[in-house]
Amino acid sequence: MNRQYELNKELAQMLKGGVIMDVTTPEQAKIAEAAGACAVMALERIPADIRAAGGVSRMSDPKMICGIQKAVSIPVMAKCRIGHFVEAQLLEAIDIDYIDESEVLTPADDSYHIDKTKFRVPFVCGAKDLGEALRRIKEGASMIRTKGEAGTGDIVHAVHHMRMMNRAIAAISAMREDELFDEAKRLGVPYDLVQYVHDNKRLPVVNFAAGGVATPADAALMMQLGAEGVFVGSGIFKSGNPQKRANAIVKAVANYTDASMIAELSKDLGEAMVGIHIGETNV
Amino acid sequence: MRIAVLAVQGAFEEHEKVLWELGVESIQLRKASDLNKEFDGLILPGGESTVQGKLLRELSMLQPIRSRIQDGIPVLATCAGLILLAEHIAGDDTVHLGTLPVTVRRNAYGRQLGSFHYANGYFQGIGSFPMEFIRAPYVESVSDDVNILATVEDHIVGVQYKNQLAVAFHPELSGDYRIHEYFL
Repeated sequence: MNRQYELNKELAQMLKGGVIMDVTTPEQAKIAEAAGACAVMALERIPADIRAAGGVSRMSDPKMICGIQKAVSIPVMAKCRIGHFVEAQLLEAIDIDYIDESEVLTPADDSYHIDKTKFRVPFVCGAKDLGEALRRIKEGASMIRTKGEAGTGDIVHAVHHMRMMNRAIAAISAMREDELFDEAKRLGVPYDLVQYVHDNKRLPVVNFAAGGVATPADAALMMQLGAEGVFVGSGIFKSGNPQKRANAIVKAVANYTDASMIAELSKDLGEAMVGIHIGETNV
Repeated sequence: MRIAVLAVQGAFEEHEKVLWELGVESIQLRKASDLNKEFDGLILPGGESTVQGKLLRELSMLQPIRSRIQDGIPVLATCAGLILLAEHIAGDDTVHLGTLPVTVRRNAYGRQLGSFHYANGYFQGIGSFPMEFIRAPYVESVSDDVNILATVEDHIVGVQYKNQLAVAFHPELSGDYRIHEYFL
């Protein structure tokens, strides 16, 4: 592994225990930073609006991303389409801190993800289960997040993905070493990564929760299920009182087992984002 | 001996792991009531200093921790922890704990693409030490009574002032425990 990849994994380690918030303007970025976001995700439309608008969703205007980079001192992430390595090259060229190769945007390649080992800039990728996570890591991702269902305010999918991942990690940890070869074949991933999971009982990179977090309790739920931090997309700036909600989610992640504190934080937050139950949408 | 690790955000588990490897008990500081527990030293880990500083304030931990440091409890601060301790942050009026008489510059090497590994750093009293700099700060200036322990390319990256030991890099990620041992 090269040095930059190690540094990229380590930046993700520094984000742990934190909340990464979707923002669409420098003003929102400042609100997020003041509320205690450990990083912001700069994008033109938050997932709830992407879902509502339909059509093709692409990388954001670099000018808008640069505006957000100027507005805050915390790391700035941005999304590119799955497989769109030129969008990733552009984001690297504007000195982005992390690229999210994201299923929230319209995929640019129906077969291949970006070969992320060709980049110096770090990548985070979504995963629904362990096999997917390890394939993305082999391609060069230095951070993983659950896919969940972005833009819905419905936590069910993030919970499902986190449990799938945990169950597979627990199963591999309990295997005899001679069973790992077949497990690697079954998951479609290299043996060395399966062996890492077996020996360390965890992913080789940091794993955040994403996709459907709307309340402090949602965030704490994901942390108690083993997430190392949380992405909140539409949940904040689609709610009644973004500042207060963002504050509360940050504190709930820092003290995710303290139910009385989270109960206090959850009081009077105003309207949560209007949820879309995924069963009712055809996206 | 028992060491408290500030655990509101960032890479606190990495420090706990080093302490565990060294056979030292550790506890987490997540909220004000955790400060009532007994501990003999304090570690301020890497992470985002804006987040940690805000949480220290809003969880009513800032003043009690500042008093403990002023009363002489040994502190090891890495990266964001150094920023929390600094009396001045260049280009920023924010002061968090403000117990270390230095001026520190945040993100001094730029964004993530400016992060780097410095294999042959020199740390006074320890010798050659591998240093990981991740969106790191450095110390721009120090008051006369601050002891400079490490510099990289003319920038100060390690200092000691009385009971406070602060570095801009991440000894907890290097697999080399000598700075932790020095602290203990």
